[in-house]
Amino acid sequence: MMVGALPRKVQMWDLSAMVGRLGGLIVRSCETSGGVFLLLSDTLRSLFRYRIRWDQLLEQMYFIGIRSQVVVLTTGAFTGAVFAAQVWFQFKRFGMESAIGPTVSIAMCRELGPVLACLLLAGRVGAAMAAELSSMKITEQVDALRALGVYPTEYLIVPRFLALVVSAPVLTALALVTGIGVGYFVAVQIFGVDGAYYWDNTIKYTDRKDVMIALIKSFIFAVIIAAISCYKGMNCPPGTAGVGKTTTEAVVNASLALLICNFFLTVLLNAVLYSN
Amino acid sequence: MLELKDIRKRLGGQEVLRGVNLKLAPGEKVVVIGRSGCGKSVMLRHIMGLLQPDGGEVFFEGTKLTGLSEEAWNPYRRKIGMLFQGAALFDSLSVFENLAFPLREEGEKDEGVLREKVAESLRIVSLSGTEQKMPAELSGGMKKRVALARAVIRRPDLMLYDEPTTGLDPVVGDSINRLILHLGKMFGMASIVVTHDMTSARMVGDRIAYLHEGKIYYQGTPEQVDRCEDPLVRDFVRGHASGMDVIG
Repeated sequence: MMVGALPRKVQMWDLSAMVGRLGGLIVRSCETSGGVFLLLSDTLRSLFRYRIRWDQLLEQMYFIGIRSQVVVLTTGAFTGAVFAAQVWFQFKRFGMESAIGPTVSIAMCRELGPVLACLLLAGRVGAAMAAELSSMKITEQVDALRALGVYPTEYLIVPRFLALVVSAPVLTALALVTGIGVGYFVAVQIFGVDGAYYWDNTIKYTDRKDVMIALIKSFIFAVIIAAISCYKGMNCPPGTAGVGKTTTEAVVNASLALLICNFFLTVLLNAVLYSN
Repeated sequence: MLELKDIRKRLGGQEVLRGVNLKLAPGEKVVVIGRSGCGKSVMLRHIMGLLQPDGGEVFFEGTKLTGLSEEAWNPYRRKIGMLFQGAALFDSLSVFENLAFPLREEGEKDEGVLREKVAESLRIVSLSGTEQKMPAELSGGMKKRVALARAVIRRPDLMLYDEPTTGLDPVVGDSINRLILHLGKMFGMASIVVTHDMTSARMVGDRIAYLHEGKIYYQGTPEQVDRCEDPLVRDFVRGHASGMDVIG
């Protein structure tokens, strides 16, 4: 049935329900954003106010930094491989095979490396953080910490936050190296591009600023992932269903925030680093 | 030692506490009874500072705790122990690490002292030799006893018990009740026990307070509560459903 054919009362109800849902969505988004910023400021304050719990930090760095390596390196490698192959298919028509190297390298540094590595970290690490914290929350372990005189932000959030913001740029750098290396292998060994030209052009056109962009982006993405995942975990609704919902929301919200933020970072970093 | 003055709390749009007044003398054991959802646990959480009241004040050893920041609460929390309804053991830590946790937080680094204190606490709750077990390997009753050992390891002045016997079989429940009495005698600590288990209430309480519709509706010794002719108290004490509560 066409909308125009619906009774007037039904149309009005639909409209008011839609406005209501939209309003609810805006209020919830503002509430979540505010909560994430408050948690972030509390984390930064706790970082300087309390001693660092090295055992917790090292445990988290092992889980985030070491255990994520295979996933991130595989992503970097195949992204570099696929991108090199696609660029070769397009560039060979114009005889521009020697430009494959810098194209792969700059794309990996500026966008593909940090975005893909951090999206995977949002899926793997963000989900784990949200699930672990929400399980602790619903089983009263967070309250038990408070009852024992321990500030939860200091004990639970700070080590996770620090571990992620330190590990993410390192993992991104590894993904870049792997992606560019595998891109070289695909272009030179499989498609027969001249290796000397490939490297020469890669080094010539890949700026130090491109690597800086990758590292700055991955650092900021790590802050976003840690803040959103920890906020979601610490504000989990009661019940086991809440843990699942919280984990899903943490990954989805962190991934979306990361992608949106990436656009603004791209514009901002290009404006700042390449202004002259 | 402890005084709650006109504590009010609204949660999820519902007024859970509507002016709770309660006093506790040093070494006294008060049992708070009441129907499920009447706000017993919420009241307990206000004493520990896990919830802040919308109105009213909490005094502990003459100090007003209401309005203190999260960190300012911590010195007082060290004088108050709490047994949570679900035990709330840290599931990534062994029994030993769970018990050593509060001591480590106080700055105790000597592993020998930690081992000794943990072993002593486990002996009190009759769980010697379980140091290396993980919480997932323990039964419900054992978890409660380990949690109890963790809560009293710093010898608090006041112990709060949130439904200590809920979900346990009567024999294990009885052992927990005896343990509560034993700890009170041994360390002279005051306690507030929240429960709807009347056997437990009669056994451990010097005084029983009945919480109804967000207020302390009645309080007296276990004998007075048993003899009380008020229909609400009488129905609860005798476990008798009436009026709207009758199903079918």
